[in-house]
Amino acid sequence: MNKLNEIKKSFLASLWFMFLTFPIMVIRVNTVQKEIEWRWQNMFFVGISVFFLSFAWRFLFRQMASGRKTIEAGGLDKISLMQQIMNEPKMYYPILFAFTLFAATFPFIFNIYQVNIMTTALMYVVLGLGLNIVVGLAGLLDLGYVAFYLVGAYSYALLNYHFGLSFWLALPIGAFIGALFGILLGFPVLRMRGDYLAIVTLGFGEIIRIIMENWNEFSFGPSGIANIPRPGFFGIEFSLQGSIIFMYFFMICLTLFTIFIVNRLRNSRIGRAWVALREDEVACQAMGIDRTKTKLTAFALGATWAGMVGVIFAAKTTFINPASFTVWESITILCIVVLGGMGSIIGVIFGAFILILLPEYLRAFSEYRMVTFGAVLVIMMVFRPQGIVPDIRHRFKHQGSMVLGGKTKK
Amino acid sequence: MEYFLEIFLGGLTRGSIYALIALGYTMVYGIIQLINFAHGEIYMIGAFTALIVASVLTMLGLNTISILVLASIAAVIYASAYGFTVEKIAYKPLRHAPRLSALISAIGMSMFLSNYVLLAQTSDFLSFPNLIPELKFIEPYSHIIRSNEIAILVTTTAVMIVLTFIIKFTKMGKAMRATSQDREMAMLVGVDVNRVISVTFIIGSATAALGGVLIASHVGQINFYIGFIAGIKAFVAAVLGGIGSIPGAVLGSLILGWTESFATGYVSSDYEDVFAFIFLVLILIFKPSGILGRSESRAV
Repeated sequence: MNKLNEIKKSFLASLWFMFLTFPIMVIRVNTVQKEIEWRWQNMFFVGISVFFLSFAWRFLFRQMASGRKTIEAGGLDKISLMQQIMNEPKMYYPILFAFTLFAATFPFIFNIYQVNIMTTALMYVVLGLGLNIVVGLAGLLDLGYVAFYLVGAYSYALLNYHFGLSFWLALPIGAFIGALFGILLGFPVLRMRGDYLAIVTLGFGEIIRIIMENWNEFSFGPSGIANIPRPGFFGIEFSLQGSIIFMYFFMICLTLFTIFIVNRLRNSRIGRAWVALREDEVACQAMGIDRTKTKLTAFALGATWAGMVGVIFAAKTTFINPASFTVWESITILCIVVLGGMGSIIGVIFGAFILILLPEYLRAFSEYRMVTFGAVLVIMMVFRPQGIVPDIRHRFKHQGSMVLGGKTKK
Repeated sequence: MEYFLEIFLGGLTRGSIYALIALGYTMVYGIIQLINFAHGEIYMIGAFTALIVASVLTMLGLNTISILVLASIAAVIYASAYGFTVEKIAYKPLRHAPRLSALISAIGMSMFLSNYVLLAQTSDFLSFPNLIPELKFIEPYSHIIRSNEIAILVTTTAVMIVLTFIIKFTKMGKAMRATSQDREMAMLVGVDVNRVISVTFIIGSATAALGGVLIASHVGQINFYIGFIAGIKAFVAAVLGGIGSIPGAVLGSLILGWTESFATGYVSSDYEDVFAFIFLVLILIFKPSGILGRSESRAV
């Protein structure tokens, strides 16, 4: 009886979606040639896939409800696999060693194309870690993150074009200008609530892109800037291949540096202030945390990484134009953070590799990329808001006889 | 003077369209305090449905009036169905989740819908048939106002009147107002809150679809991306008027429409889309509750 009921529900869902997707999926009109194409097979596919997906949907819902019950009952706090590995040096060190070995030998095993893709993935890791400061730790939904990325890229391209500035000088300057723009955006949006903040930052990102597209004298408009030099290393000029491998190793170093800094930041005074601000703004202010300063540092430190990666992007592709910096880019980075787990460093690294490498290797499905990203955002929020590798919150134990009854309080 | 009048009426039309979309934002926000990012996409889907239905009916050889009516009805029905489904999938499970989660889910939904239309249809601009018949008596003034602009103004006014009637005088309207004031209290006195939320989404989507049909036949072309820009502008209008307030949404839309119209008419058209954003930032800094909005005092 129960099973029959399930099947009936799925059947109704599939009928509903067949109705819903009928005009968009089945009919395609060509208004120029006045032709109509009927694609009935699509309706069939939608019906079948919704029928099975709705089973999965309800199954996941039940899983989630039962999971919530065990937690509410005060039962076992599940320790994730990741946590187990982190706690066990016997597992942790070999895995770390294997990763290091893999990363070091990667360009000598695989061809240039693969190395290039890996460099891009590493760039997104750094971007994700930067956005993670703003979204994950400080809880400020920033949809204009790409603006800082653009600022970094253009500052290298323009400084190089006008003054012949080298990559190594441009890198800190790009980071600095990125941070400056972060503060510039931070000031007006300080007092806003989460949802307003999202749309204003979205607007900010679009404004910067539109200005770059229209202000031809300054940014060369939509045609962009070409022939941006690749970096050298202490006067050594690389061949094309050498430069790609050099970029790869440079990105590995930068990624490690970023992980180190972000990890230190998270456990610092300011990092704890971010998390506290995310959890409860009013209580946080009552504890004497300066809201303005804390939010501005989050924006500035998040934007610094974007500015830096922007410079690297310009140097890597040797050509930039405003079309590379659309809203979709911001949302891709947001998707990395959300999928990986907001606030979690390992999560963001995983998220970036999954979301950047998978579409590269599944070329056949690359046009479905953005649709999938959208679906990923919704599904993650509904079923697993903490991400694939959840952030491990530090727990401080209260020791000694201070606690009445001698019970150790978590 | 004639140029001024033309721009003034252009701004009025533009503002009316924004108002039809902004209503959905403001009503949904009033009831569940969520910015429905996917609302612009619902509007876009409404316009696409109308285009598809109109093209099919043109092939069948119907006359313009019946095409207009049938295409509008189809657009309204489908947009409402999409609005209803989006709420059930992406927002209802998150009703008790943190605000950030619901917002991210809304952004995901918006991206999903616009790319779904891109994949299932096309990324090119499609020309939209001019469905609204030319009125004879307006011809001498056609350089100032066109007949589809009149149609937009008339439709918007009618929708506003019907909507005000629904909210003020029907039982559903009363339930909506109760839910927006205090959802839990409304549940206690027997209001079916889930149904109220669904109806709100359906009404909001239906007005957005009407806006979609009207603007598509006014501008003459659509593509999958129109929802994004229109959605943001309507949102700006809703915030300007005071989000949650229906007269505020209309007022905000008209002000935004006129600002854009005059700015592009007298200053420059390159930065058309920038004005809305600058406007938004300025309002949020100086008057975050909007012109007609309730100022919010937040309890700890």
